[in-house]
Amino acid sequence: MTTSSVAERHDLEHVPLTSPASTSGLLEVFRKRYLLRLMVRREIQARYARSFFGLAWSYINPTVRFFTFYFVFGIVLGRGGNLENFAIHLFAGMVMVHYFTETVTSGTRSLLSNKGVVQKMAMPRELFPFASMLVSLYHTLPQVLILSTACLVAGWHPDLVGFAAAGLGFLIMMLFGTSLGLMFSVFNVIMRDFGRITQTFINMIPFMVPMMYPYSLIESKFGGGWVHTIVMANPVAEAVLLMQRCFWWTTTEESYAESFPDDLWQRGAIMAAVGIVLLFVAQRVFSRLEGRVPELIT
Amino acid sequence: MSVTSIVVDDVSKQFSLQYHRTLKKMIMAKMRRQQISDTFMALENVSFEVPQGQSIGLMGLNGSGKSTLLKLISGVMKPDSGQVLTRGRVSGLIATGAGFHQQLTGRENIYMNAAILGMSEAETNEKFDDIAAFADVGRFLDTPVGNYSSGMFARLGFSVAVHVDCDIFVADEVLAVGDRPFKRKCIARMQEIRESGITMFYVSHSAGSVRRMCDRVIVLEKGRVGYDGPVDQGIRYLHYDGSDEGEPDAEEALDEELASDI
Repeated sequence: MTTSSVAERHDLEHVPLTSPASTSGLLEVFRKRYLLRLMVRREIQARYARSFFGLAWSYINPTVRFFTFYFVFGIVLGRGGNLENFAIHLFAGMVMVHYFTETVTSGTRSLLSNKGVVQKMAMPRELFPFASMLVSLYHTLPQVLILSTACLVAGWHPDLVGFAAAGLGFLIMMLFGTSLGLMFSVFNVIMRDFGRITQTFINMIPFMVPMMYPYSLIESKFGGGWVHTIVMANPVAEAVLLMQRCFWWTTTEESYAESFPDDLWQRGAIMAAVGIVLLFVAQRVFSRLEGRVPELIT
Repeated sequence: MSVTSIVVDDVSKQFSLQYHRTLKKMIMAKMRRQQISDTFMALENVSFEVPQGQSIGLMGLNGSGKSTLLKLISGVMKPDSGQVLTRGRVSGLIATGAGFHQQLTGRENIYMNAAILGMSEAETNEKFDDIAAFADVGRFLDTPVGNYSSGMFARLGFSVAVHVDCDIFVADEVLAVGDRPFKRKCIARMQEIRESGITMFYVSHSAGSVRRMCDRVIVLEKGRVGYDGPVDQGIRYLHYDGSDEGEPDAEEALDEELASDI
Protein backbone atom coordinates (compact mmCIF):
# COMPACT_ATOMS: atom_id res chain seq x y z
CA MET A 1 0.00 0.00 0.00
CA THR A 2 1.29 3.43 -0.87
CA THR A 3 -0.51 5.48 1.71
CA SER A 4 1.17 7.58 4.29
CA SER A 5 0.45 6.59 7.85
CA VAL A 6 -1.95 8.51 10.03
CA ALA A 7 -0.28 10.92 12.41
CA GLU A 8 -0.46 10.02 16.09
CA ARG A 9 -3.10 11.95 18.04
CA HIS A 10 -2.32 13.98 21.10
CA ASP A 11 -4.70 14.99 23.77
CA LEU A 12 -6.84 17.84 22.61
CA GLU A 13 -7.34 19.44 25.98
CA HIS A 14 -6.45 22.87 24.67
CA VAL A 15 -9.11 22.65 21.95
CA PRO A 16 -12.56 23.71 23.13
CA LEU A 17 -15.73 21.71 22.67
CA THR A 18 -17.81 23.53 20.07
CA SER A 19 -20.89 22.97 18.02
CA PRO A 20 -19.81 21.39 14.73
CA ALA A 21 -22.45 23.37 12.87
CA SER A 22 -21.50 26.77 14.19
CA THR A 23 -20.29 29.35 11.69
CA SER A 24 -19.70 33.06 11.88
CA GLY A 25 -21.93 33.74 8.89
CA LEU A 26 -20.65 35.83 6.03
CA LEU A 27 -17.34 36.38 7.80
CA GLU A 28 -16.67 32.71 7.17
CA VAL A 29 -16.56 33.55 3.47
CA PHE A 30 -13.42 35.58 4.04
CA ARG A 31 -11.93 32.92 6.27
CA LYS A 32 -12.42 30.26 3.61
CA ARG A 33 -10.91 32.18 0.71
CA TYR A 34 -9.26 29.10 -0.74
CA LEU A 35 -12.51 27.15 -0.87
CA LEU A 36 -14.26 30.22 -2.28
CA ARG A 37 -11.64 30.48 -5.02
CA LEU A 38 -12.11 26.84 -5.96
CA MET A 39 -15.88 27.25 -6.00
CA VAL A 40 -15.73 30.34 -8.21
CA ARG A 41 -13.35 28.63 -10.61
CA ARG A 42 -15.56 25.57 -10.72
CA GLU A 43 -18.69 27.56 -11.39
CA ILE A 44 -17.02 29.47 -14.17
CA GLN A 45 -16.06 26.15 -15.72
CA ALA A 46 -19.31 24.38 -15.01
CA ARG A 47 -21.75 27.08 -16.07
CA TYR A 48 -21.21 26.34 -19.73
CA ALA A 49 -19.83 22.82 -19.44
CA ARG A 50 -20.51 20.63 -22.46
CA SER A 51 -21.78 23.49 -24.54
CA PHE A 52 -20.07 24.14 -27.85
CA PHE A 53 -19.98 27.92 -27.62
CA GLY A 54 -19.01 27.81 -23.96
CA LEU A 55 -18.21 31.15 -22.44
CA ALA A 56 -19.49 32.91 -25.57
CA TRP A 57 -23.02 32.44 -24.25
CA SER A 58 -22.20 35.07 -21.66
CA TYR A 59 -21.95 37.55 -24.50
CA ILE A 60 -24.41 36.21 -27.03
CA ASN A 61 -27.42 36.87 -24.80
CA PRO A 62 -26.55 40.44 -23.84
CA THR A 63 -25.56 41.23 -27.43
CA VAL A 64 -28.86 40.03 -28.83
CA ARG A 65 -30.73 41.91 -26.12
CA PHE A 66 -28.71 45.02 -26.84
CA PHE A 67 -29.57 45.01 -30.53
CA THR A 68 -33.23 44.30 -29.79
CA PHE A 69 -33.48 47.23 -27.41
CA TYR A 70 -31.44 49.41 -29.73
CA PHE A 71 -33.71 48.62 -32.65
CA VAL A 72 -36.96 49.17 -30.75
CA PHE A 73 -36.04 52.17 -28.64
CA GLY A 74 -33.27 53.75 -30.66
CA ILE A 75 -34.60 53.33 -34.17
CA VAL A 76 -38.33 52.56 -34.08
CA LEU A 77 -39.25 54.87 -31.23
CA GLY A 78 -36.52 57.32 -32.10
CA ARG A 79 -35.30 57.96 -28.59
CA GLY A 80 -31.78 57.92 -29.97
CA GLY A 81 -32.63 61.00 -32.00
CA ASN A 82 -32.81 63.30 -29.00
CA LEU A 83 -30.01 61.64 -27.16
CA GLU A 84 -26.38 61.79 -28.03
CA ASN A 85 -24.63 58.41 -28.14
CA PHE A 86 -27.79 56.51 -27.31
CA ALA A 87 -26.07 53.15 -27.84
CA ILE A 88 -23.58 53.88 -25.06
CA HIS A 89 -26.33 55.24 -22.83
CA LEU A 90 -28.14 51.94 -23.30
CA PHE A 91 -25.16 49.64 -23.06
CA ALA A 92 -23.76 51.25 -19.89
CA GLY A 93 -27.12 50.60 -18.25
CA MET A 94 -27.31 47.05 -19.55
CA VAL A 95 -23.95 46.11 -18.05
CA MET A 96 -25.25 47.02 -14.60
CA VAL A 97 -28.65 45.43 -15.10
CA HIS A 98 -27.07 42.26 -16.44
CA TYR A 99 -24.67 42.03 -13.52
CA PHE A 100 -27.48 42.47 -11.03
CA THR A 101 -29.91 40.05 -12.61
CA GLU A 102 -27.23 37.39 -13.10
CA THR A 103 -26.20 37.70 -9.47
CA VAL A 104 -29.74 37.37 -8.19
CA THR A 105 -30.84 34.54 -10.50
CA SER A 106 -27.76 32.41 -10.05
CA GLY A 107 -27.69 33.22 -6.34
CA THR A 108 -31.30 32.10 -6.02
CA ARG A 109 -30.45 28.79 -7.67
CA SER A 110 -27.14 28.34 -5.89
CA LEU A 111 -28.21 26.13 -3.00
CA LEU A 112 -30.51 23.94 -5.05
CA SER A 113 -27.95 23.34 -7.75
CA ASN A 114 -25.40 22.24 -5.17
CA LYS A 115 -27.80 19.82 -3.54
CA GLY A 116 -25.27 17.02 -3.16
CA VAL A 117 -22.81 19.08 -1.17
CA VAL A 118 -25.44 20.90 0.86
CA GLN A 119 -27.06 17.66 1.99
CA LYS A 120 -23.99 15.72 2.88
CA MET A 121 -21.18 18.03 3.87
CA ALA A 122 -20.75 20.59 6.59
CA MET A 123 -19.62 23.94 5.29
CA PRO A 124 -20.66 27.58 5.56
CA ARG A 125 -23.46 27.64 3.04
CA GLU A 126 -23.22 31.40 2.59
CA LEU A 127 -20.40 30.54 0.22
CA PHE A 128 -22.77 29.43 -2.53
CA PRO A 129 -24.68 32.68 -3.20
CA PHE A 130 -21.51 34.65 -2.55
CA ALA A 131 -19.60 32.65 -5.15
CA SER A 132 -22.45 33.24 -7.62
CA MET A 133 -22.03 36.96 -7.12
CA LEU A 134 -18.32 36.75 -7.86
CA VAL A 135 -18.85 34.59 -10.94
CA SER A 136 -21.30 37.15 -12.31
CA LEU A 137 -18.78 39.89 -11.60
CA TYR A 138 -16.20 37.91 -13.54
CA HIS A 139 -18.50 37.73 -16.53
CA THR A 140 -19.14 41.46 -16.30
CA LEU A 141 -15.51 42.49 -16.74
CA PRO A 142 -15.27 41.82 -20.50
CA GLN A 143 -18.49 43.78 -20.99
CA VAL A 144 -16.94 46.74 -19.22
CA LEU A 145 -13.97 46.42 -21.59
CA ILE A 146 -16.26 46.42 -24.63
CA LEU A 147 -18.07 49.43 -23.21
CA SER A 148 -14.81 51.30 -22.66
CA THR A 149 -13.72 50.58 -26.21
CA ALA A 150 -17.02 51.89 -27.54
CA CYS A 151 -16.58 55.02 -25.44
CA LEU A 152 -13.09 55.59 -26.77
CA VAL A 153 -14.35 55.29 -30.33
CA ALA A 154 -17.13 57.77 -29.60
CA GLY A 155 -14.68 60.26 -28.09
CA TRP A 156 -14.38 59.66 -24.40
CA HIS A 157 -13.17 62.19 -21.84
CA PRO A 158 -13.06 60.01 -18.73
CA ASP A 159 -12.66 61.65 -15.35
CA LEU A 160 -11.88 60.38 -11.87
CA VAL A 161 -15.24 61.46 -10.53
CA GLY A 162 -16.83 59.26 -13.17
CA PHE A 163 -14.79 56.24 -12.16
CA ALA A 164 -15.75 56.84 -8.56
CA ALA A 165 -19.38 56.91 -9.70
CA ALA A 166 -19.04 53.57 -11.51
CA GLY A 167 -17.29 52.10 -8.49
CA LEU A 168 -20.11 53.25 -6.21
CA GLY A 169 -22.61 51.82 -8.68
CA PHE A 170 -20.93 48.43 -8.63
CA LEU A 171 -20.70 48.52 -4.85
CA ILE A 172 -24.42 49.15 -4.58
CA MET A 173 -25.15 46.27 -6.95
CA MET A 174 -22.81 43.94 -5.09
CA LEU A 175 -24.45 44.73 -1.77
CA PHE A 176 -27.99 44.35 -3.03
CA GLY A 177 -27.21 41.39 -5.28
CA THR A 178 -25.49 39.47 -2.49
CA SER A 179 -28.24 40.27 0.01
CA LEU A 180 -31.02 39.18 -2.31
CA GLY A 181 -29.07 36.13 -3.48
CA LEU A 182 -28.54 35.05 0.11
CA MET A 183 -32.17 35.35 1.11
CA PHE A 184 -33.65 34.04 -2.12
CA SER A 185 -31.39 30.98 -2.16
CA VAL A 186 -32.99 29.75 1.08
CA PHE A 187 -36.50 30.85 0.11
CA ASN A 188 -36.07 28.90 -3.10
CA VAL A 189 -35.30 25.73 -1.15
CA ILE A 190 -38.31 26.19 1.10
CA MET A 191 -40.63 27.04 -1.76
CA ARG A 192 -39.61 26.20 -5.31
CA ASP A 193 -41.97 28.83 -6.74
CA PHE A 194 -39.58 31.43 -5.55
CA GLY A 195 -37.24 31.11 -8.51
CA ARG A 196 -40.14 31.93 -10.81
CA ILE A 197 -41.29 34.85 -8.69
CA THR A 198 -37.80 36.33 -8.83
CA GLN A 199 -37.69 35.80 -12.58
CA THR A 200 -40.93 37.74 -12.99
CA PHE A 201 -39.54 40.74 -11.15
CA ILE A 202 -36.22 40.50 -12.88
CA ASN A 203 -37.89 40.73 -16.26
CA MET A 204 -39.23 44.14 -15.23
CA ILE A 205 -35.89 45.61 -14.30
CA PRO A 206 -34.58 46.55 -17.77
CA PHE A 207 -37.69 48.65 -18.34
CA MET A 208 -37.73 50.25 -14.93
CA VAL A 209 -34.31 51.84 -15.17
CA PRO A 210 -33.37 54.89 -17.27
CA MET A 211 -31.34 53.21 -19.99
CA MET A 212 -33.72 52.87 -22.96
CA TYR A 213 -34.98 56.35 -22.19
CA PRO A 214 -33.10 59.23 -20.59
CA TYR A 215 -33.51 60.20 -16.97
CA SER A 216 -34.68 63.63 -18.11
CA LEU A 217 -37.88 62.01 -19.33
CA ILE A 218 -38.76 60.69 -15.88
CA GLU A 219 -37.80 64.02 -14.39
CA SER A 220 -39.99 66.05 -16.74
CA LYS A 221 -42.98 63.70 -16.50
CA PHE A 222 -42.98 62.75 -12.84
CA GLY A 223 -40.47 65.18 -11.29
CA GLY A 224 -41.19 65.58 -7.59
CA GLY A 225 -44.16 63.20 -7.69
CA TRP A 226 -44.53 59.79 -6.10
CA VAL A 227 -43.87 57.92 -9.36
CA HIS A 228 -40.47 59.59 -9.48
CA THR A 229 -39.85 58.58 -5.90
CA ILE A 230 -40.72 54.94 -6.61
CA VAL A 231 -38.69 54.69 -9.79
CA MET A 232 -35.67 56.22 -8.14
CA ALA A 233 -35.99 54.06 -5.04
CA ASN A 234 -34.79 51.19 -7.22
CA PRO A 235 -31.12 50.55 -6.44
CA VAL A 236 -30.54 49.34 -9.99
CA ALA A 237 -31.78 52.67 -11.38
CA GLU A 238 -29.32 54.50 -9.16
CA ALA A 239 -26.48 52.19 -10.20
CA VAL A 240 -27.34 52.62 -13.87
CA LEU A 241 -27.24 56.43 -13.53
CA LEU A 242 -23.86 56.25 -11.79
CA MET A 243 -22.58 54.00 -14.57
CA GLN A 244 -23.82 56.46 -17.18
CA ARG A 245 -22.13 59.26 -15.32
CA CYS A 246 -18.86 57.38 -15.80
CA PHE A 247 -19.18 56.13 -19.36
CA TRP A 248 -21.95 57.80 -21.31
CA TRP A 249 -22.04 61.41 -20.07
CA THR A 250 -18.28 61.83 -20.59
CA THR A 251 -18.69 61.05 -24.30
CA THR A 252 -21.36 63.70 -24.88
CA GLU A 253 -22.13 67.39 -24.61
CA GLU A 254 -25.38 66.71 -22.73
CA SER A 255 -26.06 68.90 -19.73
CA TYR A 256 -25.39 67.28 -16.38
CA ALA A 257 -28.35 68.97 -14.72
CA GLU A 258 -30.79 67.41 -17.20
CA SER A 259 -29.21 63.97 -17.44
CA PHE A 260 -29.00 63.18 -13.72
CA PRO A 261 -30.90 63.99 -10.56
CA ASP A 262 -29.33 66.85 -8.56
CA ASP A 263 -28.77 64.56 -5.63
CA LEU A 264 -27.16 61.69 -7.59
CA TRP A 265 -24.31 61.29 -5.10
CA GLN A 266 -26.40 61.65 -1.97
CA ARG A 267 -28.77 59.04 -3.33
CA GLY A 268 -25.83 56.78 -4.12
CA ALA A 269 -24.42 57.09 -0.62
CA ILE A 270 -27.82 56.40 0.93
CA MET A 271 -28.32 53.39 -1.35
CA ALA A 272 -24.95 51.97 -0.32
CA ALA A 273 -25.83 52.45 3.34
CA VAL A 274 -29.20 50.76 2.81
CA GLY A 275 -27.36 47.97 1.01
CA ILE A 276 -25.09 47.39 3.99
CA VAL A 277 -28.06 47.25 6.36
CA LEU A 278 -29.84 44.88 3.98
CA LEU A 279 -26.80 42.63 3.90
CA PHE A 280 -26.92 42.30 7.67
CA VAL A 281 -30.63 41.56 7.56
CA ALA A 282 -30.10 39.01 4.78
CA GLN A 283 -27.38 37.32 6.81
CA ARG A 284 -29.72 37.05 9.79
CA VAL A 285 -32.52 35.65 7.64
CA PHE A 286 -30.12 33.20 6.03
CA SER A 287 -28.66 31.85 9.24
CA ARG A 288 -32.09 31.54 10.79
CA LEU A 289 -33.46 29.48 7.91
CA GLU A 290 -30.44 27.59 6.60
CA GLY A 291 -30.53 25.07 9.44
CA ARG A 292 -33.52 23.45 7.77
CA VAL A 293 -32.02 23.49 4.31
CA PRO A 294 -30.45 19.98 4.30
CA GLU A 295 -33.75 18.34 5.17
CA LEU A 296 -35.81 20.38 2.72
CA ILE A 297 -33.57 20.18 -0.29
CA THR A 298 -34.49 16.67 -1.47
CA MET B 1 -7.98 9.68 31.18
CA SER B 2 -8.44 11.36 27.86
CA VAL B 3 -10.72 14.30 27.17
CA THR B 4 -14.26 14.20 25.86
CA SER B 5 -14.45 14.21 22.12
CA ILE B 6 -18.16 14.24 21.38
CA VAL B 7 -20.99 15.34 23.63
CA VAL B 8 -24.54 14.63 22.56
CA ASP B 9 -26.84 16.09 25.16
CA ASP B 10 -30.57 15.40 25.09
CA VAL B 11 -30.72 15.86 21.33
CA SER B 12 -33.95 15.72 19.38
CA LYS B 13 -34.50 16.21 15.69
CA GLN B 14 -37.87 16.38 14.08
CA PHE B 15 -38.67 16.17 10.40
CA SER B 16 -41.88 17.24 8.81
CA LEU B 17 -43.58 15.13 6.23
CA GLN B 18 -45.26 17.47 3.87
CA TYR B 19 -48.19 15.82 2.29
CA HIS B 20 -49.54 18.64 0.21
CA ARG B 21 -47.07 20.95 -1.28
CA THR B 22 -49.03 22.85 -3.87
CA LEU B 23 -51.60 25.49 -3.09
CA LYS B 24 -54.32 23.55 -4.88
CA LYS B 25 -53.64 20.41 -2.90
CA MET B 26 -53.54 22.37 0.35
CA ILE B 27 -56.91 23.96 -0.32
CA MET B 28 -58.37 20.59 -1.25
CA ALA B 29 -57.01 19.07 1.93
CA LYS B 30 -58.43 21.90 4.02
CA MET B 31 -61.82 21.42 2.45
CA ARG B 32 -61.75 17.70 3.12
CA ARG B 33 -60.44 18.40 6.61
CA GLN B 34 -57.38 16.27 6.04
CA GLN B 35 -54.14 16.83 7.81
CA ILE B 36 -51.84 19.20 5.96
CA SER B 37 -48.58 18.33 7.55
CA ASP B 38 -47.26 15.67 9.83
CA THR B 39 -44.01 15.30 11.69
CA PHE B 40 -41.93 12.48 12.96
CA MET B 41 -39.11 12.36 15.42
CA ALA B 42 -35.93 11.17 13.77
CA LEU B 43 -34.07 11.46 17.06
CA GLU B 44 -35.61 11.77 20.49
CA ASN B 45 -33.70 12.72 23.66
CA VAL B 46 -30.48 11.09 22.60
CA SER B 47 -27.61 11.57 25.06
CA PHE B 48 -24.13 10.13 25.28
CA GLU B 49 -20.52 11.17 25.54
CA VAL B 50 -17.52 9.83 23.71
CA PRO B 51 -13.99 10.15 25.08
CA GLN B 52 -11.24 10.94 22.63
CA GLY B 53 -9.88 7.93 20.81
CA GLN B 54 -12.86 5.71 21.37
CA SER B 55 -14.32 3.88 18.43
CA ILE B 56 -18.11 3.73 18.38
CA GLY B 57 -20.16 1.37 16.30
CA LEU B 58 -23.53 2.92 15.61
CA MET B 59 -26.08 0.25 14.81
CA GLY B 60 -29.78 -0.02 14.31
CA LEU B 61 -32.37 -0.88 11.72
CA ASN B 62 -33.00 1.21 8.64
CA GLY B 63 -34.74 4.45 9.56
CA SER B 64 -33.68 4.36 13.19
CA GLY B 65 -31.93 7.73 12.90
CA LYS B 66 -28.32 6.70 12.35
CA SER B 67 -27.65 8.98 9.40
CA THR B 68 -29.41 11.89 11.07
CA LEU B 69 -27.19 11.46 14.11
CA LEU B 70 -24.11 11.41 11.89
CA LYS B 71 -25.26 14.57 10.15
CA LEU B 72 -25.67 16.28 13.50
CA ILE B 73 -22.20 15.23 14.63
CA SER B 74 -20.56 16.25 11.38
CA GLY B 75 -22.37 19.59 11.49
CA VAL B 76 -24.49 19.24 8.35
CA MET B 77 -27.64 19.62 10.43
CA LYS B 78 -28.43 21.32 13.69
CA PRO B 79 -30.51 19.69 16.42
CA ASP B 80 -33.97 21.10 17.18
CA SER B 81 -33.33 20.82 20.88
CA GLY B 82 -30.41 19.77 23.02
CA GLN B 83 -26.86 20.27 21.89
CA VAL B 84 -24.10 18.52 20.02
CA LEU B 85 -20.51 19.48 20.82
CA THR B 86 -17.34 18.22 19.23
CA ARG B 87 -13.68 18.82 19.89
CA GLY B 88 -11.36 19.34 16.94
CA ARG B 89 -11.88 18.84 13.24
CA VAL B 90 -14.58 16.46 12.07
CA SER B 91 -14.16 14.62 8.82
CA GLY B 92 -15.51 11.56 7.20
CA LEU B 93 -18.18 10.52 4.81
CA ILE B 94 -21.89 10.42 4.93
CA ALA B 95 -22.54 8.33 1.85
CA THR B 96 -19.45 7.98 -0.24
CA GLY B 97 -18.64 10.41 -3.00
CA ALA B 98 -20.90 13.05 -1.57
CA GLY B 99 -20.47 16.45 -3.05
CA PHE B 100 -18.70 15.46 -6.21
CA HIS B 101 -19.41 17.50 -9.26
CA GLN B 102 -20.20 15.40 -12.27
CA GLN B 103 -18.54 17.66 -14.82
CA LEU B 104 -15.32 18.10 -12.92
CA THR B 105 -12.46 15.66 -13.27
CA GLY B 106 -11.37 13.36 -10.48
CA ARG B 107 -8.38 15.57 -9.80
CA GLU B 108 -10.47 18.75 -9.50
CA ASN B 109 -12.96 16.97 -7.31
CA ILE B 110 -10.23 15.82 -4.95
CA TYR B 111 -9.13 19.42 -4.44
CA MET B 112 -12.70 20.62 -4.10
CA ASN B 113 -13.75 17.93 -1.66
CA ALA B 114 -10.60 18.32 0.41
CA ALA B 115 -11.23 22.05 0.66
CA ILE B 116 -14.78 21.49 1.83
CA LEU B 117 -13.48 19.07 4.46
CA GLY B 118 -11.23 21.86 5.65
CA MET B 119 -7.86 21.12 4.06
CA SER B 120 -5.65 23.93 2.84
CA GLU B 121 -4.11 24.05 -0.62
CA ALA B 122 -0.64 23.14 0.65
CA GLU B 123 -2.03 20.24 2.66
CA THR B 124 -3.89 18.89 -0.36
CA ASN B 125 -0.86 19.25 -2.62
CA GLU B 126 1.20 17.34 -0.14
CA LYS B 127 -1.29 14.50 0.18
CA PHE B 128 -2.52 14.47 -3.39
CA ASP B 129 -0.38 11.55 -4.53
CA ASP B 130 -1.47 9.44 -1.57
CA ILE B 131 -5.09 10.22 -2.22
CA ALA B 132 -4.84 9.42 -5.91
CA ALA B 133 -2.92 6.21 -5.22
CA PHE B 134 -5.43 5.08 -2.63
CA ALA B 135 -8.39 5.76 -4.90
CA ASP B 136 -6.56 3.92 -7.66
CA VAL B 137 -8.67 5.16 -10.56
CA GLY B 138 -5.72 5.17 -12.94
CA ARG B 139 -6.00 7.33 -16.01
CA PHE B 140 -9.59 8.19 -15.15
CA LEU B 141 -8.18 10.73 -12.73
CA ASP B 142 -8.37 13.41 -15.40
CA THR B 143 -11.78 12.57 -16.79
CA PRO B 144 -15.07 13.91 -15.41
CA VAL B 145 -16.33 11.83 -12.52
CA GLY B 146 -19.68 11.60 -14.26
CA ASN B 147 -18.06 8.88 -16.37
CA TYR B 148 -16.89 6.86 -13.38
CA SER B 149 -18.33 3.55 -12.34
CA SER B 150 -20.09 3.64 -8.99
CA GLY B 151 -17.19 1.79 -7.40
CA MET B 152 -14.62 4.27 -8.66
CA PHE B 153 -16.78 7.13 -7.53
CA ALA B 154 -17.02 5.70 -4.03
CA ARG B 155 -13.31 4.96 -3.92
CA LEU B 156 -12.41 8.52 -4.74
CA GLY B 157 -14.74 9.87 -2.06
CA PHE B 158 -13.46 7.51 0.58
CA SER B 159 -9.89 8.22 -0.36
CA VAL B 160 -10.24 11.96 0.20
CA ALA B 161 -12.09 11.51 3.46
CA VAL B 162 -9.57 9.15 5.03
CA HIS B 163 -6.67 11.43 4.20
CA VAL B 164 -8.02 14.46 5.98
CA ASP B 165 -6.13 15.22 9.13
CA CYS B 166 -9.03 15.09 11.56
CA ASP B 167 -9.79 14.45 15.20
CA ILE B 168 -13.16 12.80 14.72
CA PHE B 169 -13.79 10.45 11.84
CA VAL B 170 -17.36 9.72 10.87
CA ALA B 171 -18.17 6.94 8.45
CA ASP B 172 -21.45 5.80 6.97
CA GLU B 173 -22.05 3.02 4.46
CA VAL B 174 -18.35 2.95 3.71
CA LEU B 175 -18.20 -0.67 2.87
CA ALA B 176 -21.40 -0.90 0.89
CA VAL B 177 -19.60 -0.25 -2.37
CA GLY B 178 -16.22 -1.24 -3.61
CA ASP B 179 -14.75 -4.60 -4.42
CA ARG B 180 -12.96 -6.96 -2.07
CA PRO B 181 -9.43 -5.62 -2.45
CA PHE B 182 -10.67 -2.11 -1.87
CA LYS B 183 -12.71 -3.12 1.16
CA ARG B 184 -9.61 -4.69 2.64
CA LYS B 185 -7.67 -1.50 2.01
CA CYS B 186 -10.43 0.54 3.64
CA ILE B 187 -10.51 -1.59 6.73
CA ALA B 188 -6.76 -1.43 7.05
CA ARG B 189 -6.86 2.33 6.72
CA MET B 190 -9.64 2.66 9.26
CA GLN B 191 -7.72 0.48 11.69
CA GLU B 192 -4.82 2.86 11.27
CA ILE B 193 -7.09 5.82 11.93
CA ARG B 194 -8.44 4.11 14.99
CA GLU B 195 -5.03 3.23 16.35
CA SER B 196 -3.76 6.77 15.87
CA GLY B 197 -6.18 7.92 18.55
CA ILE B 198 -8.82 9.55 16.36
CA THR B 199 -12.34 9.25 17.69
CA MET B 200 -14.29 7.11 15.29
CA PHE B 201 -17.99 6.99 14.66
CA TYR B 202 -18.81 4.08 12.46
CA VAL B 203 -22.20 3.09 11.11
CA SER B 204 -22.57 -0.48 10.02
CA HIS B 205 -24.97 -3.36 9.79
CA SER B 206 -22.18 -5.89 9.80
CA ALA B 207 -21.70 -7.41 13.22
CA GLY B 208 -18.37 -8.76 12.09
CA SER B 209 -16.79 -5.48 11.17
CA VAL B 210 -18.21 -3.71 14.21
CA ARG B 211 -16.73 -6.41 16.41
CA ARG B 212 -13.39 -5.83 14.77
CA MET B 213 -13.37 -2.07 14.62
CA CYS B 214 -15.21 -0.80 17.66
CA ASP B 215 -14.81 -0.48 21.42
CA ARG B 216 -18.40 0.34 22.12
CA VAL B 217 -21.76 -0.05 20.45
CA ILE B 218 -24.69 2.34 20.45
CA VAL B 219 -27.93 0.97 19.11
CA LEU B 220 -30.63 3.34 17.94
CA GLU B 221 -34.24 2.27 17.99
CA LYS B 222 -36.77 4.60 16.39
CA GLY B 223 -34.68 7.60 17.27
CA ARG B 224 -33.88 6.63 20.85
CA VAL B 225 -30.80 5.06 22.33
CA GLY B 226 -31.80 1.44 22.82
CA TYR B 227 -28.46 0.16 23.96
CA ASP B 228 -25.13 1.71 24.83
CA GLY B 229 -22.28 -0.46 26.03
CA PRO B 230 -19.80 -3.20 25.19
CA VAL B 231 -19.68 -4.52 21.65
CA ASP B 232 -20.66 -8.15 22.09
CA GLN B 233 -23.73 -7.46 24.19
CA GLY B 234 -24.74 -4.78 21.73
CA ILE B 235 -24.66 -7.19 18.86
CA ARG B 236 -26.60 -9.73 20.91
CA TYR B 237 -29.08 -6.98 21.80
CA LEU B 238 -29.74 -6.47 18.12
CA HIS B 239 -29.96 -10.22 17.50
CA TYR B 240 -27.47 -9.61 14.73
CA ASP B 241 -25.54 -12.66 15.87
CA GLY B 242 -28.30 -14.78 14.45
CA SER B 243 -29.65 -16.24 17.74
CA ASP B 244 -33.15 -15.16 16.83
CA GLU B 245 -33.11 -16.38 13.27
CA GLY B 246 -34.66 -19.46 11.79
CA GLU B 247 -31.36 -20.63 10.41
CA PRO B 248 -28.78 -19.40 12.88
CA ASP B 249 -26.00 -21.46 11.43
CA ALA B 250 -26.26 -20.05 7.93
CA GLU B 251 -26.55 -16.52 9.25
CA GLU B 252 -23.60 -16.92 11.53
CA ALA B 253 -21.50 -18.45 8.82
CA LEU B 254 -22.23 -15.58 6.49
CA ASP B 255 -21.36 -13.07 9.16
CA GLU B 256 -18.17 -14.83 10.02
CA GLU B 257 -17.16 -14.87 6.41
CA LEU B 258 -17.78 -11.16 6.16
CA ALA B 259 -15.86 -10.52 9.32
CA SER B 260 -12.83 -12.42 8.20
CA ASP B 261 -13.08 -10.82 4.82
CA ILE B 262 -13.25 -7.20 5.81
